[in-house]
Amino acid sequence: MFKRFFKGGVAVPHEKNTANCETIKMDVPKKVIIPMLQHIGAPCKPCVAKGDVVKVGQVIGDSDEFISAPVHSSVSGTVTSVEPLLYPGGVFVNSVVIETDGKQEIFEKIAPPRISNTKDFIKAIRESGLVGLGGAGFPAHVKLSVPPGKKIDTLIINAAECEPYITSDYREIIENSWNVIGGINTVMEFLNIEKVIIGIEDNKPEAIHEMTKVADTSDRISVMKLKSRYPQGAEKMLIYATTGRKVPPGKLPADVGVIVMNVNSVSFVAEYAKTGMPLIKKRVTIDGGAVNKPCNVEVPIGTSLKDVFDFCGGFKETPKKVLMGGPMMGIAQFSLETSVVKHTNALLAFTEEESNLPPEGSCIRCGRCVRACPMNLLPLKLSKSSLRENIEELNKYHVNDCIECGSCSYVCPSKIHLVQSIRLGKAQIRAAMKGGK
Amino acid sequence: MENRFVVSSSPHIRDSVNTRRIMLDVIIALLPASVAGIYFFGLRALAVILVTVSSCIISEYLARKAMKRNCTIGDLSAVVTGLLLALNLPPTIPFWIAAIGGVVAIVVVKQMFGGLGQNFMNPALAARVVLLVAYTEQMTNWVNPRGVDAISTATPLEVLKSSLVETAVDAAGSATPAAEVALQAAEMPTYLQLFLGQVGGCIGETSALALLLGALYLLARRVIGLQIPLTFIGTTALFTWIFGGSTPFTGDFLYHILAGGLILGAFYMATDYATCPVTNKGRIIMGIGCGILTGIIRLYTNYPEGVSFAIIFMNVVVPLIDRFLVPKSFGGGKKVA
Repeated sequence: MFKRFFKGGVAVPHEKNTANCETIKMDVPKKVIIPMLQHIGAPCKPCVAKGDVVKVGQVIGDSDEFISAPVHSSVSGTVTSVEPLLYPGGVFVNSVVIETDGKQEIFEKIAPPRISNTKDFIKAIRESGLVGLGGAGFPAHVKLSVPPGKKIDTLIINAAECEPYITSDYREIIENSWNVIGGINTVMEFLNIEKVIIGIEDNKPEAIHEMTKVADTSDRISVMKLKSRYPQGAEKMLIYATTGRKVPPGKLPADVGVIVMNVNSVSFVAEYAKTGMPLIKKRVTIDGGAVNKPCNVEVPIGTSLKDVFDFCGGFKETPKKVLMGGPMMGIAQFSLETSVVKHTNALLAFTEEESNLPPEGSCIRCGRCVRACPMNLLPLKLSKSSLRENIEELNKYHVNDCIECGSCSYVCPSKIHLVQSIRLGKAQIRAAMKGGK
Repeated sequence: MENRFVVSSSPHIRDSVNTRRIMLDVIIALLPASVAGIYFFGLRALAVILVTVSSCIISEYLARKAMKRNCTIGDLSAVVTGLLLALNLPPTIPFWIAAIGGVVAIVVVKQMFGGLGQNFMNPALAARVVLLVAYTEQMTNWVNPRGVDAISTATPLEVLKSSLVETAVDAAGSATPAAEVALQAAEMPTYLQLFLGQVGGCIGETSALALLLGALYLLARRVIGLQIPLTFIGTTALFTWIFGGSTPFTGDFLYHILAGGLILGAFYMATDYATCPVTNKGRIIMGIGCGILTGIIRLYTNYPEGVSFAIIFMNVVVPLIDRFLVPKSFGGGKKVA
């Protein structure tokens, strides 16, 4: 039934409770907090100051670094402060706080970009502020800048959405399938790509149906049904399932002639080409046992989690754990004061019962983690080496190849926090490298 | 801050399978063999099971208490060890020896090396071997199962071994080979008897049928994989087929599969998580190693049975196998930095 399938992985509960919840547009909040770091790479320098009046789509932060993406205002209003504030990742990041005026006046310079060649296209993508919307937040213009000498023949659209709960990608297909195709065509045209494969897990038959319908317009675009197994949406696993190519450790998809884009990202490209409005809003799935009304909501970037949850009907009971992202790879939040960023795809509020993790036991060496690891690593060994701070062993067991998908921790019958200690191991390696060995 | 959230590293959900559930599955899988043992060898077999299981639980409780560690009898691993130990003992074993077996398994082999998952040998098997060496007479005192009234009370493998020796003597010298063969035929159990378990032997090793039923359950529950059992049994069969007969490739491999502790060992003992490799490749090596050793011991040593020794020997090799078999990461072989 499936052509190819990566080895390992786990069967996670789907919990796609919001699959049929049409996206609701959220009202503009009174205040937005826009962090200067909403991507992997160098943080932006704010280019507005306290007291400045900003409009929708105006650049408020940019950087000279290549791996970075500009940040735009999602509202019209007045800057009340520029200061380091709590970021969803748990650290403090310079952020622009804007008090909105409710008018949502659009910045004068917003106009559809004029694109006639690849260079223009990359420049436009950079100016749009687009980052990987699947959750990683890697600047899109960097991904689309194909290094000289490398030929990309296939564009893969990631619509696997293998994380439980999240339906943000699914809704994009159901609601905006023509935009997805439009974006695909744009990227194909300017990057000179021959073939496009849209990968969707088989637990989303309606999305497969819808996408197949619109993809029929081109014989270069095909939809591929993928097995529903976590982490099908992980870049390397997806590339393997769709093309049979394996990205070697430490290499990029471009090294095997492939670029992978999230379905929301590619749809945004079409939207941006039409309107010139940069990335200032995001569809976010709201779910979890503690919320009153699971839903999909379109949120201006910078809206605080509290405002989002309030808009969605508030909490049924006091949440014990709040996640940005899915339950497998999402980041637990310290506070509801942090804000929605570009690559936020879900906010989950868990009840006390959902938050309780079983106590850790001792490793019985059952090997379930080994069989679950899609990267073919030995999580039990990595975890042990990390706890012993054994740099040599961490390298021997390829600690840096871990994609932190969480499959090992998920299946461990002794409930050992394997990913946590593997992350620690990576940090030990970084520290050892810095220390000049 | 209005309320405090739990902040932890992802993932934030866990599978429902836990250690206790796995151990419970093993216990369930061993029930048919236990019932078969009790059926064939009577209530004394049940008593032996109860003695070893209680001995293991009490030892575990006391050992953890003495080491000032948390109590772990709740994970049921001690019950599994006790049950496996009983199934590896003859039904006539004096209760006090059975009890000592439990203490050796839990205290010496398991807890002294750090408890669950840390032992370097299968506790039940190590205990069995200790008892075999220390109390050889009581450990090889076999009785006939229900429904068999032959005078000889040897295990099928002992019968096979002595018959082979006798055939060799016959071939070398004296007369009446035909009469000799007839006698052997009378003593050798049929395949059906072996398959059902109607033969002499340890409480739980005789009935291949009951053991395979439980093994099917373990495979269906994905508690064990086929890597070790298949290679173990396959290698033993191949080895005994090639070398087990008077000429090469004439050995009675089916007899070797069904008689003795091979099925019990291959499905339930060699697959013990703590003492088998973690990678599939490693597990295949383990199975092959066990199979070859079992064949060698059965055919070329004074012991009729070699499964326990083979597994224990391979247990000791497991850390080496794991150390040298580091799989390549997905996408190919990166050099070790």
